[in-house]
Amino acid sequence: MKNMTEPAETDPLAKSASPDARGVDLTTAPDTPTITVDKNAEKIFDCKDVNVLYGGKLAVEGVEIPLLKGDVTALIGPSGCGKSTFLRCLNRMNDLIPGAEVQGSIVYHGQDLYAKEVDAVQVRKRIGMVFQKPNPFPKSIYDNIAFGPRLRGVAKKEMDEVVETALKRAALWDDVKDRLKDNAFGMSGGQQQRLCIARALATEPDVLLMDEPCSALDPISTGKIEDLMTELKERVSIVIVTHNMQQAARVSDKTAFFIVDLSAGENKRIGKLVEFAPTEQIFSNPKDERTEQYVTGKFG
Amino acid sequence: MSTPAQMAGKAMQQTTVIPRRNPNDARKERGFAFLMYAAVAIAFISLAALMIQIASDGAGALSWNLLTNFPSKINPATSGVKSALYGTVYLMILTAIFVIPIGVGSAIYLEEYADRRRWFNRIIEVNIQNLASVPSVVYGLLGLAFVVRGPLSLERTLLAGAITLGLLVLPVVIIVAREAIRAVPPSIRDGSLALGATKWQTIWKQVLPGSMAGIATGVILALSRAIGETAPLIVIGAAVSPRFLPDGLNSEFTALPVQIFAFSKDSDPQFLQLASATIIVLMVLLLAMNSVAIYLRSRFEQKW
Repeated sequence: MKNMTEPAETDPLAKSASPDARGVDLTTAPDTPTITVDKNAEKIFDCKDVNVLYGGKLAVEGVEIPLLKGDVTALIGPSGCGKSTFLRCLNRMNDLIPGAEVQGSIVYHGQDLYAKEVDAVQVRKRIGMVFQKPNPFPKSIYDNIAFGPRLRGVAKKEMDEVVETALKRAALWDDVKDRLKDNAFGMSGGQQQRLCIARALATEPDVLLMDEPCSALDPISTGKIEDLMTELKERVSIVIVTHNMQQAARVSDKTAFFIVDLSAGENKRIGKLVEFAPTEQIFSNPKDERTEQYVTGKFG
Repeated sequence: MSTPAQMAGKAMQQTTVIPRRNPNDARKERGFAFLMYAAVAIAFISLAALMIQIASDGAGALSWNLLTNFPSKINPATSGVKSALYGTVYLMILTAIFVIPIGVGSAIYLEEYADRRRWFNRIIEVNIQNLASVPSVVYGLLGLAFVVRGPLSLERTLLAGAITLGLLVLPVVIIVAREAIRAVPPSIRDGSLALGATKWQTIWKQVLPGSMAGIATGVILALSRAIGETAPLIVIGAAVSPRFLPDGLNSEFTALPVQIFAFSKDSDPQFLQLASATIIVLMVLLLAMNSVAIYLRSRFEQKW
């Protein structure tokens, strides 16, 4: 029986704080991440030495990931490893957090995303984002989809078509075509999340960032969203943060594995990239011991 | 095999696992409920008594003439509150025009732009809370010194009255508007910004529509407080029983509470009856406004 005076669940980090039986230190990142993807393939994002600081404190350090066109890339790792923080660098959502600072280089189609002359608002028009919890606007289904296109100045008479196309791409058209004027709050959670995907697609992005998009959904809705990702990747590259390793294995082409590095001290948790490789390799034959320990469920 | 329920039944026959209810607890429970009941009863009965008193005093003087006649200082039979009723309605509209843009604008600044780590933003916040509890007569003196005389020198005009009442309810409007804006979840702002909306577009097209019902409700309640105020209008020198309607922003004016005050100062009991009747008019007006506010809240308030 559990002794109730002890903390009931051990902190996963505390569990991983000691080196495992084979002497792999799971709380120290390698000096350089292992990257086994074709660096010459056509890249959408080329990230080098990316650091993220909150109020001067390092949160994510030294991320190097080439994100390839047409891929679904999964970012996995234990809580607090900085995968969501890194994802939010890619469409400059971190700009909105007071005190957040991004260092290093994130190059998008050859252009430095953080150059002075680059407008974050324009960045977000090309790089769509879907959040953890479905966040439809309190408007009709139609107006939810039309919000982005209206900002771009799409004419009223073309709007019906834009809305229909976006809903069809998100495999939602047949569900909602007869109730486009209904409030989006009346939809189920899974439908709301697909609406958010459709809403992002309506601005014609070439990348879709998904921050744990299925964590608030039931398995059937999750399955639908996963199928959708596979369909969408011909048109848009996808970067998905997920807690669910099976999901990463099912949907992604490449996987990046992050850990929480505690080597600077227990109070200095720094997210670091350990390995970036084709998903198959991450799950069957990872190069780094830490990756293997994580994907086989031995820590995290 | 016996089900868990049956097993539990057997256990109960043998031993008493759950102790009996403590009679002391039950007494305290009833006593506490009674005290709360009494509190509501006192509040309700005193209010009802006041209403009944006013109604029985004023009902005799209630007539259509009350609304359509100008006040008379000599003949209570033909005296009415036409000028005060118009004055109150004009004041309310002008106060709204003055207070809505400034109040909502301040709320947007404080909620969406102000960096709370800055000391001056914190000072503004604390001061708005304090200003909301400053007595209205102080606002009257402020209006007298700065609006009627002093820098604005508007004299004892409708505009001066509206500005003074506007200043009086401005802190309340800011506070309710902030609450309504804060009720819009951050995920809505994120969703909008992630689609490439600017901050301004996000505020204008998502945050404000999402908080509109709350803001409207708060503004109406604030205005109903404004039109019930007597002290500031007396201090700034609203006209006493004028026999004319305000014909512009620079016209002299009076309002229902001021008229009630004027009637009630008269020693003739018939004028006192008129005061009660005028109170009924004012209360019907306030009740109507509060009903609109309640309707707006229940009909349009956004559930997140």
